[in-house]
Amino acid sequence: MRVVIAEDLALLRDGLTRLLEAFDFEVVAAVDNGPALLPALIEYRPDVAVVDVRLPPTFTDEGLQAAIAARTEVPGLPILVLSQHVEPLYARELLTDRKGGVGYLLKDRVANVGQFVDAVRRVAGGGTAMDPEVVSQLLARSEPLAVLTGREREVLGQMAEGRSNAAIAAKLFITEKAISKHINNIFTKLDLPPSEDDNRRVLAVLTYLNS
Amino acid sequence: MAETDVRAIRWAQEGLRALRDGLAVVGLSLVNVPLLVLTVVALVLSPLPVAGPAALHGVTALVRRRTDLQRRLAARAGVPIRRPYRPMPPRGLTGWARFRWIVTDPATWRDVAWLVPGTVTGIVLGLLSLALPLYGLQGLTLLPLWLYLGTDWYGYGVFWPIETVGEGWLSAPQGVVFLAVGLAVAPWLRWVDAQFARLFLAPTRAAELRLRVTRLTETRADTVDAQAAELRRIERDLHDGAQARLVSLGMTIGLAEELVERDPAAARKLLAEARESSTTALVELRHLVRGIHPPVLAERGLDGAVRALALSLPVPTTVDSDVSGRAETPVESAAYFAVAEALTNVARHSGARRAWVSLRHAEQTLVLTVGDDGAGNADPEGGTGLRGIERRLAAFDGTMTLSSPPGGPTVVTMELPCVLSSPKTSPSSGTD
Repeated sequence: MRVVIAEDLALLRDGLTRLLEAFDFEVVAAVDNGPALLPALIEYRPDVAVVDVRLPPTFTDEGLQAAIAARTEVPGLPILVLSQHVEPLYARELLTDRKGGVGYLLKDRVANVGQFVDAVRRVAGGGTAMDPEVVSQLLARSEPLAVLTGREREVLGQMAEGRSNAAIAAKLFITEKAISKHINNIFTKLDLPPSEDDNRRVLAVLTYLNS
Repeated sequence: MAETDVRAIRWAQEGLRALRDGLAVVGLSLVNVPLLVLTVVALVLSPLPVAGPAALHGVTALVRRRTDLQRRLAARAGVPIRRPYRPMPPRGLTGWARFRWIVTDPATWRDVAWLVPGTVTGIVLGLLSLALPLYGLQGLTLLPLWLYLGTDWYGYGVFWPIETVGEGWLSAPQGVVFLAVGLAVAPWLRWVDAQFARLFLAPTRAAELRLRVTRLTETRADTVDAQAAELRRIERDLHDGAQARLVSLGMTIGLAEELVERDPAAARKLLAEARESSTTALVELRHLVRGIHPPVLAERGLDGAVRALALSLPVPTTVDSDVSGRAETPVESAAYFAVAEALTNVARHSGARRAWVSLRHAEQTLVLTVGDDGAGNADPEGGTGLRGIERRLAAFDGTMTLSSPPGGPTVVTMELPCVLSSPKTSPSSGTD
């Protein structure tokens, strides 16, 4: 699986490269600034890009902007954004094209190597990986999701983080069948038309982020 | 012996300078009357559409140039007089608004009111200060003697008329006395003249307050800017430093965890790396804390903190301090960082072989001096460092002056008004 990394601090850039290579990813490019990121993404068309939000020269949200720009050039280009703090606002901006293949995680999550690599793979496969921190911030205020029951909201939150039905079942201590039922209810209540399951999940998450 | 010589030379120099200033004042005073006439003419013409206000503006500018000269002379005589004028709005003024800006400023009228009395005191005191030494010179050159020999009727000092050649010769020692008295009195006459000018040309209480408000507005804006920049720097340092280290630490430990079964040797190497990373993170945090408020400053005050700073510099630096009490924490911090910034400049730009710091507290003012024997030619506009010091100090009504001729030495003098609390009893005194 081919990866492009964008991270300005050499320490973390090398660490990420080493980590991903240890799990058989091929790091085709590792850039350290915003302006170099977009050309790299368009040139290499990686299976997934791991991007730091804040990059030189402005040290604002260059990485995020480059990622969004890249996804207009290459629709659905999988991007996993890393940051030292998470803002639901940024997550929403990433998902505005209503396509999957988007992740937004705290940098802290890389310490859990197994889960981090899973998240990278999931994003590469078109899924989502929202940080629990984003999810919990949104759970704190979700009036537009009032149509959902508490349990359904919980399931939706787990979906946003990118968990599979089986994983959600294990986490919430209920059967997978019950989870399927909850998810179907969510789709119906949020008025999501039947389509490929993955895309519906993304749309559900999007509704959730826009709540 | 040498010290008395130096004192005598300085005394004579001071007298001569006062004489020169006295002469200048006499000359300048002659300009006052034409200026007054011009002002009256301009006022009469001021109702004219365009030319009127323009003429008044021009004449006022001339009058202010004249009074500014007087203020400078007064400052030389030891009586600093501040400019009392209302500041011109930043975008400038034209026509009617400029006219109003001039005529509504009381300082304009106080200047005009000074013109005539200023002429009188200027000429009287100026001539007085010149007359005595000139009379002394006359006696010294034995001019009275020659006049006596020529005309039979002439006198000098106590002998009037001179009746013998002996009395004629005595005009020389008398001349010395007159010259000496003249030189001694001249600075004092300058001082009296300056005090008189101050009555008219210094800001009134209201103007003083207005000037202060202007200054406070400026320094407050500077302080807010400086604080915002400081917070941003701290955020950046944390983001790129300790936070990033901790992320990397987590990543390394995580990877080691994955490898511990498959490749124990590699895992061990990663763990060693992680330990090193944690040490570096701590070092970076410590540096950051020092940049916010150095622990040694909290513990030992300005004196101790500057000594500690001097030890850590690449340039050998001596510290000489008579500051034993503690200032208010914010003032102390500003003083410390001002000195630190100046020393950083020394280490970075001066190429100096040694530097020195002196900390003095007298008359409720902290005077901090940082000097080096480097290349000099420091430019306050060149970098952010010196401007930063100025801003930092301005927040507490402090000032910075820089002397840095090409070839050095560079001396930065910083003054900060502050009161010191009584010094803490040192542990060695045994009373604690």
